[in-house]
Amino acid sequence: MNNIIVMPMLIPLLTGILLVFLRPYIKVQRVFSLVSMTATVAVSVYILDLIQTDGILRIDFGGWLPPYGISFVADSFSMLLVLTTAIVTGILLIYAFSSIGRRHESMFFYPFVFFLVAGVNGSFLTGDLFNLFVCFEVMLLSSYVLITLGGRKVQLVESIKYISINVLSSWFFLVGIAYLYGTVGTLNMAHLSVRIAEVGQGPLLTVISIIFLVVFSLKSGLLLYFWLPGSYSAPPTVVAALFGALLTKVGIYAMFRVFTLIFYHEPGVTHSIIGIMAALTIIGGSMGAIAYNDIRQIVSYNVVIAVGFILVGLAVSTEVAFQGSIYYLIHDMIIKALLFLLAGTMIYLTGTSKIEKMSGLIRNYPLLGWLFFITMLSLAGIPPLSGFIGKVYVGQGAIETGSYFLLAIAFLSSIFVLYSLLRIFINCFWGETIINEDDDVPLKKGMLIPLVMFGILTIALGVGAEGLAPYVSDAARTLMNPEIYIDAVLTSDR
Amino acid sequence: METLITILVGVLVTVAVYLLLSKSLIRVILGTAILSHAVHLLLMTMGGLKKGAVPLLGENAEKYTDALPQALILTAIVISFAVTSFLLVLAYRTYKETGSDNLFLLRGPKDE
Repeated sequence: MNNIIVMPMLIPLLTGILLVFLRPYIKVQRVFSLVSMTATVAVSVYILDLIQTDGILRIDFGGWLPPYGISFVADSFSMLLVLTTAIVTGILLIYAFSSIGRRHESMFFYPFVFFLVAGVNGSFLTGDLFNLFVCFEVMLLSSYVLITLGGRKVQLVESIKYISINVLSSWFFLVGIAYLYGTVGTLNMAHLSVRIAEVGQGPLLTVISIIFLVVFSLKSGLLLYFWLPGSYSAPPTVVAALFGALLTKVGIYAMFRVFTLIFYHEPGVTHSIIGIMAALTIIGGSMGAIAYNDIRQIVSYNVVIAVGFILVGLAVSTEVAFQGSIYYLIHDMIIKALLFLLAGTMIYLTGTSKIEKMSGLIRNYPLLGWLFFITMLSLAGIPPLSGFIGKVYVGQGAIETGSYFLLAIAFLSSIFVLYSLLRIFINCFWGETIINEDDDVPLKKGMLIPLVMFGILTIALGVGAEGLAPYVSDAARTLMNPEIYIDAVLTSDR
Repeated sequence: METLITILVGVLVTVAVYLLLSKSLIRVILGTAILSHAVHLLLMTMGGLKKGAVPLLGENAEKYTDALPQALILTAIVISFAVTSFLLVLAYRTYKETGSDNLFLLRGPKDE
């Protein structure tokens, strides 16, 4: 029992509610939102540290012991993601201050960002499947609002597609929950794991697990990513960055949780399917990334490639590969936010999203150019930056299990990522500048500072990976040995 | 009883899929609403319909009806209402903005 675990969800939720009432006072909203994000970061760091000494923490709401009550469970894996979410959102808020515009700010932009974060953190922390569904919906409803806020025609049209897909995938989620409850009679994840280990994962349970695979694939953009590039390029820059950094990662997290804790008995079926889907996702994403001339489309397809890459780690399912996936997840949340912000800033500066209409940006905005260069190297996995270590570990895991095909595809994807971004870099940053002195749009400080902060973060994560290593290896160990998680949840004396 | 409800769920899903595949936006929204109600019935049925007394402590009944599915669908119904009402408002706004609720016209090419 430890009440602090609920704080990463409670702080954003309460802040969101409070900010609704502060609608006319935009300055106050800004200050409050930054303070509360900082508080969330601090609490997450504290919990993450506590887990290293006390083991996995759990809170049973209302004193109802699992498997009967609703519980939140915090292990290293979920807390690492909660912490990254809080940091990324905090920096994105700073970017929002100078870019989102008065109209958004007075139309409840900040409250909905906080509700989104509450849903995301809730999904990371929850210990039972139905609660996961509820937190997903909290997150999705806020994302529906954020994607439509502003009401431009393209936003409305794209959001219809986005919402219909998500309603359908939520429907499948409920179908999966219904069948699972009918089969084993529980929804607590640890208890489910015990029950399924008892009765054995027969064909029926494997089919149910595939329903969950479909659901989380739709949410995370694994193979079923057709809705993603359109909806991620419609909303304003900050919202797109928020989506690119957080939303797909929740689906990935759920997939890791479900397929390492509950349905891990038939890796020949489920994990092979995940492997095939991951490979196809990488191939499709790579083709998309090099096919378009629109920056926003290229960046959106880069999200798809990363999803495929992270799930290669789940498909090979060794402890080293899990470590790689966790490093890469954290790296990807940071770098995708930065990439979306950079793309959005370039569009803001030039007024176009076509790469052939930009040129020589590095002459006017040298720092922006260098940040883009760092991002590109980091995404491609060049050593001192944060993408490297994840790629090495996932590769090592793939070699251990002999999945050379997956390994080849995963590493080839780096070249496609590099090529697609290099195209933007050469076309937009090199060459003669086409912006003359008169219509040179000044790059606001408020936009540059968050970009630099993300840049520092990606270098720090690459260089300081050793400091993160104990947490990551603990998280991977828990994923590899589900009984640690089960023991922590089902022992009643804590 | 369970069999009957399962067949009803099947019929509802059929109707919903038919509506989802139509061109009109309003029909699609009605389709999603019916689809979620079908799954609520499914949740209820999978937990087992009325098997014993009401689930109250101190009733001293031999068997209790499982209360959990009811709690689950209560939550799910609230969520589906919220999503449906959001979709309806969105459809109205889209109609105001584009002058059409035909999904075929709405999807048109945007960057060619």
